[in-house]
Amino acid sequence: MADAARDVLITGIGMVSCLGEGSAAHWQGLMDARPVIDANRFAPYVVHPLAPIDFDKQIPKKGDQRQMEAWQRIGTYAAGLALEHAAVKGNAELLARTDLIVAAGGGERDCSVDSTILTGFRSAKNRGAFLNERLMSDLRPTLFLAQLSNLLAGNISIVHGVTGSSRTFMGEEAAGVDAVRIAAARIQARQSDIALVGGAYNAERVDLVLLYETGGFALKTPFAPVFERGERGGGMALGSLGAFLVLEARDHADRRGARALGRLSHIFCERTRRRPGDVTAVLDQMWHRLGSSLVPERLGVVSGATGAEPATSEESAFLRRHAGLPVEATGTVIGHGLEGQFPMNLAVAILALHHGRLCAPMQRSEGNAGPNDKLAQIVVTAVGHWRGEGMALVEADH
Amino acid sequence: MAATRDKAGRPIVVVTGMGLVTSLGVGKTDNWAKLTSGQSGIKTLSRFPIEGLKTTMAGTVDFLPVQPFCSTELEERLAVLAIEEAVSQSGIGTPGTFPGPLFLAVAPVETEWPHREALAAASGANERVDYPDLLRSAATGRFNAIHHRCTFGSVADQLSERFGTQGSPISLSTACASGATAIQLGVEAIRRGETDAALCAGTDASVNPEALVRFSLLSALSTQNEPPEAAAKPFAKNRDGFVMAEGAGALVLESLEAARARGADILGVIEGCGEMADSFHRTRSSPDGKPIIGAMRHALADGGRDAGEIDYINPHGTGTPENDKMEYLGVAAVFGERAKTIPISSNKSMIGHTLSAAGAIEAIFTFLTLEHQRIPPTINYLVPDPAIPLDVVPNAARDATVRCALSNSFGFGGQNVALMLSREPA
Repeated sequence: MADAARDVLITGIGMVSCLGEGSAAHWQGLMDARPVIDANRFAPYVVHPLAPIDFDKQIPKKGDQRQMEAWQRIGTYAAGLALEHAAVKGNAELLARTDLIVAAGGGERDCSVDSTILTGFRSAKNRGAFLNERLMSDLRPTLFLAQLSNLLAGNISIVHGVTGSSRTFMGEEAAGVDAVRIAAARIQARQSDIALVGGAYNAERVDLVLLYETGGFALKTPFAPVFERGERGGGMALGSLGAFLVLEARDHADRRGARALGRLSHIFCERTRRRPGDVTAVLDQMWHRLGSSLVPERLGVVSGATGAEPATSEESAFLRRHAGLPVEATGTVIGHGLEGQFPMNLAVAILALHHGRLCAPMQRSEGNAGPNDKLAQIVVTAVGHWRGEGMALVEADH
Repeated sequence: MAATRDKAGRPIVVVTGMGLVTSLGVGKTDNWAKLTSGQSGIKTLSRFPIEGLKTTMAGTVDFLPVQPFCSTELEERLAVLAIEEAVSQSGIGTPGTFPGPLFLAVAPVETEWPHREALAAASGANERVDYPDLLRSAATGRFNAIHHRCTFGSVADQLSERFGTQGSPISLSTACASGATAIQLGVEAIRRGETDAALCAGTDASVNPEALVRFSLLSALSTQNEPPEAAAKPFAKNRDGFVMAEGAGALVLESLEAARARGADILGVIEGCGEMADSFHRTRSSPDGKPIIGAMRHALADGGRDAGEIDYINPHGTGTPENDKMEYLGVAAVFGERAKTIPISSNKSMIGHTLSAAGAIEAIFTFLTLEHQRIPPTINYLVPDPAIPLDVVPNAARDATVRCALSNSFGFGGQNVALMLSREPA
């Protein structure tokens, strides 16, 4: 990165998940390394439910909360935390030129309406007419606004006043990486000074468990850590979570006296065809591109492994080549939040840089990992359950 | 040879290939002929039963049968046709390899009714059908195709595979501004010097019962079903909503320098992109029009031109009472007295509102306007609205000198994007 004035700093993070909200709750929860799971609600499928959150704290108007579904409330809340952390919240002048990139899914459904319609099809004389009649009378008009992917961004604009620009990327895990990648590239190139970027996921939706189970990706009990699921075919336990970051050009942060929590020095996102070996190979290539930036004795890895196979085994093969490094896989504790997972793991990397260590590195079968202290560099991986491979390097900015 | 950088020192971004599909047909030639002769692609729905619906017409693309119907499947097919035309015209890359990234505006993907019905049928449930029944079917492993089709990245993934675009393909949504956002992202990537070329496309085939009902329940759609071709009435006093429609548009963007180096024909220039988000309401514009005004002014400033240099506006022009009033307010603020005389014509009067694809399709129509020096009309303009005193090029196309144009796109969620387009590099 040639222009140091345009280094991409992270000046705020906001996190919510099954561990609660904010940096302290996440640090403690990851240290405890006790997965918070619900294996009953959608049994035999396992999800990581959102911790109780007082949404009023970041979304003061009840009317706004009512206009959102859970994934939007989670994201809008996390976005508020990040803005607050970066001391941007409430600064109208700054918010009006803050760029927003959200990685989002959407499509939240009214499952009882779905069931009523599917049941009614059995006796309907004219299925099409029956479908029209039921949809016209049973769908809540405002549900549409929870289904549109860009309406998390829309709600963030409304609730927090972020209006510089607003873009929403879709496309599962890769969308989370690309959102950060493009926001960072714009900052380096002086197309943007400050950006709010992140994603959110509501795992407590049976329609989403269904979608991933059609592909054979949903974890069934018994629960196991993400890298220990392969023998039983793997699987991901969806996790409700939201994570946002404030990215900022160094010169811009300096001018307003914002502190750097870390520096995003490299970020890559690729798409392989997922032939056997592709994931390992592309992770190797991205690692190689980090090359001379890496200082092995100060380096840790936060893995975004989903637990889905064969992607997780391929990431494992990549990690085995770097056996001396401490590795933490957050998916075991907080679950997998698709578009939101990579922003969440960048936030976890920021926590690790702050403490100089990973919370709870895995026991590695291939031998003892190196020392988990004085860490100043964190590599964050993102291997999508089906498509998309990403990697970033976040460094302490001293 | 003229400079290859703009006034701000950035690479000039040009278009070297364009392709489109709408309810009027496949390809630029056919579409342009029909558009400039004032033909409508709106017709009474035949894809599914219309009993019980308040709106019974749309601009569907019916000449590419998809059975059982799946919006995402049709979106992919529309995009393939549009991209094939664009890449072929551009002559860029080699078969199966495009030397740049893909930015795809696509409707948010979801599991559709035929998918749920298939899972329900396989479940063996013989009374009430519930999600656990569907999960039982899913667990058989026989429905992998639903996952692969219904993930949000699926269309871009397939297109990336087919056309060999570079890097991670971006699927994006800014609601009804998505197509313009795809172009904007491509422009930014080229200006950053990351790439010499980008493939920017928008595709939408959302006309299925549930999507239609959703818009209907928000009272966004015209209900003047007969005759269907008269339903879309942008800027007219009797306008009563937009008409859902399908289509795809694709543009090959290149740096002027790269396009010249390979001797490519230059079809137009993307001089400026402007954006401003609205924090007022989820579906309505700020009453002062500030974000719409801001988007247009930012596009002008980005391209280094005054409003006085704009010869034509391709508006968002949906035909909803709210949009057209607010867009007039914005145009009046940006263009002052000229707002009454500058031609502004809505393609949506003929092709309907192609939603996620609209920004891309209408940018292409704007480039065709620049190429042919002929402005397509706003049809169905029979009752002028005295509150919107604009020259909407009513009902018949018109020859005109058009050197530089604005194309506006607005969307739910406070999305506002404007593109400033011209024929030739300055």
